[in-house]
Order: sequence, then C-alpha cells, then structure tokens
Amino acid sequence: MNGTGRYAIESGSMSVFYGSFCAVRDVDMRVPTNKITAIIGPSGCGKSTVLRCFNRMNDLITNVRIEGEVLFQGQNIYDDSVDPVEVRRRIGMVFQKANPFPKTIYENVAWGTRINGFRGDMDEMVEKALRSAALWDEVKDKLQQSALGLSGGQQQRLCIARAIAVEPEIILMDEPASALDPIATLRIEDLMKELSEKYTIIVVTHNMQQAARISDFTAFFSVDENRTGNLIEFDETEKIFTNPSQKSTEDYITGRFG
Amino acid sequence: MSQSAPVAQAAISAESMRGPVAGAESAGESALGGEPQYDLRRKPRVAESIIQGFLFLCGAISILTTLGIVYVLGRESLLFFANEEVNLLKFFGGTEWQPAISRFGIWPLVTATLMASLIAMAVALPVGLCIAIFLSEYASQRTRSILKPILEILAGIPTVVYGYFALTFMTPLLRGTFGRDIVEIYNTASAGIVIGILVIPLVSSMSEDALSAVPGSLRQASYGLGATRLETALRIVLPAALSGVAAAFIVAISRAIGETMIVAIAAGAGPNFTFSPFRAAETMTGHIVRISGGDLSYDSFDYNSIFAIGLLLFLITLSLNVLSQWIVRRFREEYE
Amino acid sequence: MMAVHQQHSAARPTDGLMPSGPAYREQVVARQRRGRLWAVIFQAAVLSGIIALCALLFNILNQSFGYVAIVNNIDPAELAIDGVPLNELTKDQLVGILEANVSAGLMRRYEHDMPFSQRSSENVHELILERVVEPQVQASWGLFESVFARGSIFVEAEERFPGSDVYFRSWLTTSFISKSQSSEPLRAGVRTAIFGSLWVVAITILFSFPIGVGAAIYLEEYAHKERLLNRLIQTNINNLAGVPSIIYGMLGLAIFVRILEAFTSGAIFGVGDQSTANGRTIISAGLTLGLLILPLIIINGQEAIRAVPSSLRQSGFGLGATHWQVIWHHVLPSALPGILTGTILATSRAIGETAPLVVVGASTFIALDPSGPFSKFTVLPIQIYQWTSRPQDEFRNLAAAAILVLLVLLLTMNASAVLLRNHFDRGQASAYRSIYKNDCCHKTSRSDRIRSN
Repeated sequence: MNGTGRYAIESGSMSVFYGSFCAVRDVDMRVPTNKITAIIGPSGCGKSTVLRCFNRMNDLITNVRIEGEVLFQGQNIYDDSVDPVEVRRRIGMVFQKANPFPKTIYENVAWGTRINGFRGDMDEMVEKALRSAALWDEVKDKLQQSALGLSGGQQQRLCIARAIAVEPEIILMDEPASALDPIATLRIEDLMKELSEKYTIIVVTHNMQQAARISDFTAFFSVDENRTGNLIEFDETEKIFTNPSQKSTEDYITGRFG
Repeated sequence: MSQSAPVAQAAISAESMRGPVAGAESAGESALGGEPQYDLRRKPRVAESIIQGFLFLCGAISILTTLGIVYVLGRESLLFFANEEVNLLKFFGGTEWQPAISRFGIWPLVTATLMASLIAMAVALPVGLCIAIFLSEYASQRTRSILKPILEILAGIPTVVYGYFALTFMTPLLRGTFGRDIVEIYNTASAGIVIGILVIPLVSSMSEDALSAVPGSLRQASYGLGATRLETALRIVLPAALSGVAAAFIVAISRAIGETMIVAIAAGAGPNFTFSPFRAAETMTGHIVRISGGDLSYDSFDYNSIFAIGLLLFLITLSLNVLSQWIVRRFREEYE
Repeated sequence: MMAVHQQHSAARPTDGLMPSGPAYREQVVARQRRGRLWAVIFQAAVLSGIIALCALLFNILNQSFGYVAIVNNIDPAELAIDGVPLNELTKDQLVGILEANVSAGLMRRYEHDMPFSQRSSENVHELILERVVEPQVQASWGLFESVFARGSIFVEAEERFPGSDVYFRSWLTTSFISKSQSSEPLRAGVRTAIFGSLWVVAITILFSFPIGVGAAIYLEEYAHKERLLNRLIQTNINNLAGVPSIIYGMLGLAIFVRILEAFTSGAIFGVGDQSTANGRTIISAGLTLGLLILPLIIINGQEAIRAVPSSLRQSGFGLGATHWQVIWHHVLPSALPGILTGTILATSRAIGETAPLVVVGASTFIALDPSGPFSKFTVLPIQIYQWTSRPQDEFRNLAAAAILVLLVLLLTMNASAVLLRNHFDRGQASAYRSIYKNDCCHKTSRSDRIRSN
C-alpha cells in the first residue's frame, strides 16, 4: 500500500551548498525501514544539514541549494512536482530544543492532525499519541494547560507526540536529548526504541555512547580541509563501533579525533 | 575603536608586570613605617557627582513635563467646571457644544472623534496587519529592504500634508464615487481614511516586530508537521505574537484619536452631532486647533473649555497607551 | 514485511483516519490554493500602501504645476511706449508710468520706504506689475490635465474668462522660495516660513539634544533599574512619547506663552518687539517642540547607548577610569552615530509639526523675517495649513508648492540620517562585530528565521 521497501529513504550524490560554500558533498545513504539510524561526527560536519535535507527543511533557509536526489518511496522529494508540505507530513521532525507551540498540551498534539484533515475522534487520537510518547500519565490531568509549563523533557516528548500524531513514515530527530538532563535523556532514548517498531527514525547525535546504545545503524560524517562534510562510513552500529573499515572512523570512535 | 582590544591587552600585561615590582617596594616601605603604599579609600569625586546630578535632572525633566501637563490641563479644567453654568452632567450628557449659548455637551466632539478613528482603524488594522505578515513571513530579505524604507517615508510625511491630501484628493474622490449631494465638502470619512493611511506604517512596523520576535523554532515545528506557509503564519505565528499585535492596534487607535491636522483641515469646522461619515463634524482635536488658532484671550471661557477637552483627550490616549504596555507585559510569552 | 507494516499502522494514533493517497493530495492542493490566495491578499495590502504614497505624491505634484488663466487689470502691452515693451523701458520711463497710474499718497509711501533714485529698474518694474498691471488668477489647472487635456483647458478658459492670459506655471519657483508672504497668490513666497522653521528647529535642538542625551546616559549608565524613581522616569518617558502633539501645544501655551511670558517675549532682556510683546514667539515654539521630541531623543539615545558592547566599558574601567571618563571617552563616541541618527529623525518630526504651533500661537500673517528668538513666527507647516484652509484654488497650488519645499527639506534630513546609519553600519559596527563577537551574539541572526516554503 505505501510502497514501503527495505529502505525508508535514500540519498543519491546529495550535496548541499550555502551560497557558494559546499556544506556537504556527495552523500549516498540508504536508510533502512523501521530501524534507528544515528548520524555522528565532529561538530561542523553537516550532520544537521543532512538531516534537514530529508524533509526539505532546508528550503526554509534562503540561499541554500541542494544537488543530487533524495528518494522517498521511489520519488525524488526534490522533484519540482513534489509538494514540500506533503513531504514534511510524511517525514516528521523533532528538534534539538523542544519547541512546543504556545498553546495547550492538547492543542499541540491536535493541531497538526487538524490541519491535515483528521476526521476521527480527536480526544482518542490525542490520548494515543501522548501514550505513544510515554507522556500520557504525566499530563492527562492538565491537557488544557499551556505546554510551556511542562519541563524540558516533557516538552520534548510532547514534540515527539505531536510529530507522530500526523502519521509520518520517518521521524527525523536533531539531537533530541542534548538539552535535557540524564534522566530525561534516558526516557527519550527508551521512547525512541519503542517507536522504532513503527517508524523509521534518523537521529543526529553528538553523543557516541547514545548512538551506540540506541541505534541499529550508524553513519559517520567527517569534515575535510574545505570545511565540507563527507559521509565516511555507513554500516551497522555494532560494526562501526567494533570494527570500522575506515581509519578516520576508528580515530573518532576512540576519541583520537574530534 | 579597533584599538580597544590591544589597549585591553596592554592593561593586562601592565597589571601582571606591576606585581613583583610593587611587592619589592612595599616590602621596603613597610620596614620604614607600615604605611600602605596606595591609599585605596574612597575619595570624593566632586566633578563626577555634579555630572551625575545634572544627568539625573535631565531625566527628571520628563517627570516635570508630565506634571506640567497634568497641572495645566487640570487647573484650566477646574476653572472651566467652576463656572456655575457648567457641570459634569451637562458636559457628559449634552449633545450640543456651543459655549457661546451655554451648551456644553461634549458628545458631538466625541462622536466625531470616534467616527474618524473607527474609519481609520477599518483602513489601518487589516492593511497594516497584512503588510506585517507579508514582511515577516513572506518577503525575502531583499524585498523587505525595499519595502520598509517606503513605509518609513509614509510614516515620516507631516500630518499637515496628509490633511492637504485628504481635502484635495480623498474628498473629491469620495464625492465623485458617492455623489456630491451625499458627501459634504468637509466630512469625517475622508479624514478617517487618510488617518488610516497615516497609521498603517505604525501598525505594520509594530506588528512586524511582534511577528518577527516569534522564534523560528515554532515555524520549523509547524512546517515539520506538514503545515503550509499560510497555516504557519496565521495559526502559529500570529497567535504567538498576539499580544504585540494587540498592543500595536491600541497604540494605533490612540494615535488616531490624537491626530489633529487631518481632521482640522478635512473633517469640518463646527461641532455637529451626527453619525453620518459623509457629513461635516468637528473632533476634539480639531476643535482645540480651531479655537486656539483664532483670537483667544486668556481666562476666557473658550480658553478654559479647550483645556477641559484637552484633559479628556489626554486621559483617553494615556489610558490606551498604558493598556497597550500592560498587554505587552502581561501576555508576553516566555520562549527562552 | 508488508504485513508487519500494516499491523503497525493500525496501532498508530490516528488509526488511518487521516486522509491518505489521492484524498490527501486533493486536500493539500486545496490548502496550497488557499495559501496562494492569501499571499495575493497580503501583497495587495502592501501594494495599497505603495499606491497611497504614490497618490499622495502625485496629488502634490499635480497641484504644484499646471496652466493658469490670468486676467490683467491693464494689459502690459498698453503700457508700452513707442512700441518698446514694458520690460525694456528705462527706469525713468517706468517711474513715469507708475506716477501716472497710482495715487500720489502711494508714491510718497514708496519714496519713504526707499527713494526712487536708489531703486533699480527691476524693482520699479515689479511695482508696476503689482500696482498697475495687477494680474489676477482666474483659474488654475492640475499638471495631469495640463498635459493630457491641454486643448480643453484653452477652450474653457476662452469661454469663462475671455481675454485671459493662459500659460503654464510652476508654482514652485526660485522667487517662491525667496519672497515673503503676500496676500496675492502670484507674489506669495515662503521665505519667512523657511526662516521661521529654521529658527524654531534650532531652538528645539539646542534645548532637547543635550537634555535628551543626558537623560539617556542617566537611565542607561547610572540609574538602578530596581529603584522606583528610575522606573517611574522610564515608564513616564514611554508614556510621554504617546501623548498627542496637540497636548504639548496646550502645555506650551499655558507655560511658555503665559506663565513665562516675561522671558519668552524677551521683555526681561529688553529685546522683545514692543508692539506685540507677548509670549507667542520663536522661543516658545522651539521649547514646546523641544519637549515634544524629548522622549524620542531619549528613547533613541538609550538604544544607541545600550548597543555599545559592555566589554568596551570594561576595558575602560580596567584601566582605572572613572565612570564619567568611560562614558565620555568610550561609550559616547561609539554611541554618537546612533544618537545623531535618532536626533535627526526626531528633528524632522519637529519640522513637520503643525498642531502644537497653532495652539502656541503662530502668526497668521507676517511678511518680515524673524530677527531672533523673541520674534513672532510662522513655520512652513503653518503656512501650508493656512493656504490649504483658504477656499480659492490658487492658494491650494501655493500650499502644494510649499509642501514640496517641506518634503525636500525632510527628505534631505532623512537621507542624511540613513547615510549616517549606513556609514556607521559599514565602518565601526562591523569592526565591533569582529572584536566583540561574543557580546553581539545575543542579537539573534535573522538567518535563524524561516523564509520561503
């Protein structure tokens, strides 16, 4: 029905330019379906940039140009005929800093489905989404309160609930736990594992332990002398962390670089 | 100014060099009498104090200005109401303003003021808000850099020029559209529309500031859920900036009520209790200008009466301004 | 794999109740269409603002130039002697013509003002035009009509004003700028008003610049924000900025014109104009406008001072400078461009103000240049207001020409403010940014914000 295959999303020779500066060059990545894929690498290597290319979030910044192709269910999402609005509904995103709307908790979850034409029982949907994000028990008594009153970790799980409410195939997460304390981080990681049964998750992280803990696959990016990011190695997480095929990956993993 | 960094560095190196030298000297001195080499006690700096006092006075002049306004308006108004023919009931109850024949109903002036302001807001609020949304959510950096100076020009044109525009352009236009029998030469509609044009830049720039202050992360979240640009602008950004936009609207109303030259030139010269926007009517500000522009002798009844009107005008605009500041403080969403 | 996927799908929060496939596509298309419609509406709003500005400028230009129909009391051709036209006659001949056509009393008055032996022939020629030829504007047309409906103007003029002289006239001329007020529209000028405006604005700046900057320094550098008095001053300044200008006029009328009359009329200095010794003088007007723009200068000054990076202050303090030394040597020089820009903009506001000066008591008619701060005054906006209020069309033309003068004056000032700002932005500010990078990073960059979709 959805044409879902082994790979949720594939990039082919994808390069990103800010003006004339090449931020990332020639990325070929095939992200497996219903797995967690981590993107790691030193700061400035374009991890977030690559992530944002997967749901055309980079469109929103002027002066950005993307070459190559990104295939989602067999279609190049950068094709002129593709509507970025639909792409972003199918490929959701959770950001580094929790960014709930200044609305009620309930509205935060309901809003995305409403604009996308949801016709079912909204209360039930909100409950399911919040349960999926492991937040229901904490907020069920204060659904009509402002989401800005939640703690950082709760806000981030609310953002995840909000993202899964609109039925995406893929959830992109840009360092989702970097602004959280260790306990909240653990909850987010558990949640990601649960969600990976239903969704493909791509997560950018600067924390290698986190990548090793939660991900099935890992992509390692590095930055060359022109400050351009390159995909060095992409493999099963276990292999990357125990037996990388590239020297620079090993250097990074063992802390000799970055 | 680019020298400052090296200066700062020089300071540090001088500091570090002084250490051992000073230590050697003080060791020698303490052997002599135990007097500290440096007297670090606070010394009175007369010049500094005088300067600070003068600067404080500069700031205090603003308080004096306000006190002056309150004193002047209050005193003359008291004289006005002390007149045995005047009382508050007549002032707020009457529908005729003819001090010469002892009619002191403020309503004709108030209704004209409100009518002109309402028309102005009907023009300025939708147009100003749409411009703000366009500038903040749609326009490219380049477009914005062209459009904003144009709006600044619109805001910088003196009001007397707008008055001229109302009388020689807008009024003939209205009379041509609705018929010369219906639209009088002086009318509140023409003045109101032009006041609206005058405050468009105010509404648009204040609203745009509020919209722009909404963090980009909210927009990204919205787009990330598959929202279109319109949905993001109207249903995420605008509600998040609502307090700022509301404050802009209120300031604009206050500005429209206080606007003087446009109504003085185009709205009419004579209090007229009417609700037709196409008839001549005199606003509070227009009345003050007309009376004070003529031969006005101090302590005459006319003289006192314009201060009473001025006091009412001051109270209305002041409360609107305070309200707008309160809204901004009260409803400011804390994003950080 | 597919089966597994479907099972998972069923467990998702929306239970497949969201439109999908073609239904969703249709819905997205409809939403995008609505988005485009509103984008057009937003653009139309911007366009309407631009149209309003264009209409305003067009209207003024339209009224400043165009055909006029003029009827002379005596045709200049009749005054020609032996076929020599009026403007080529000698001075003695011109004086002769003048003597033959005006009363002896008027001639004596002219002789008293300035003996004819000292007058130039141009001057006498002008007197003849004024008193003998006496041109009168019968009708005037706008620039638009004059260009596109020229023929019908001549026909109409011929019908309504037979024998009239129809020619294209620019109401904005050098003599319009150099001549003083006159009740004859063809000879009226704005010189008095320009001088009045300059005098008033000079007083305004002298008063409000030092006090405004002083208050800004106090509030930003010295005032403890927690103290009630300082908070009161700050709130008060914000509120004063929103008080209608006419209220300032009433303040000026009651305080400067009435209570301080002895000072503002110049009486205590013995320099006032005795015939009109009251407080309705240039200094009253200047002080009133000074109070009016004071909040603007303070608020602008505060912003400029706040923009000075604190590391600059620290480096000054680090060298053992006193607070005032740091302000005077470091803070003020780098805040100065911002302060000046704000002052220029506030000044241009003062130049355009009308209502408070009407209330303070600008003179309705003066033809003598102001001689000092204790003179009676008129200013450009007042002149425009008075001409606009006259029912005759030709005064509207004069008002339009005066508006052009005013707008050019304002445009020059605003342009200089913009240039100053740009110069500052390119030069010093960028130097700051490189040195004090960390200080400036709280100003969030705009690239963070979302643009196109």
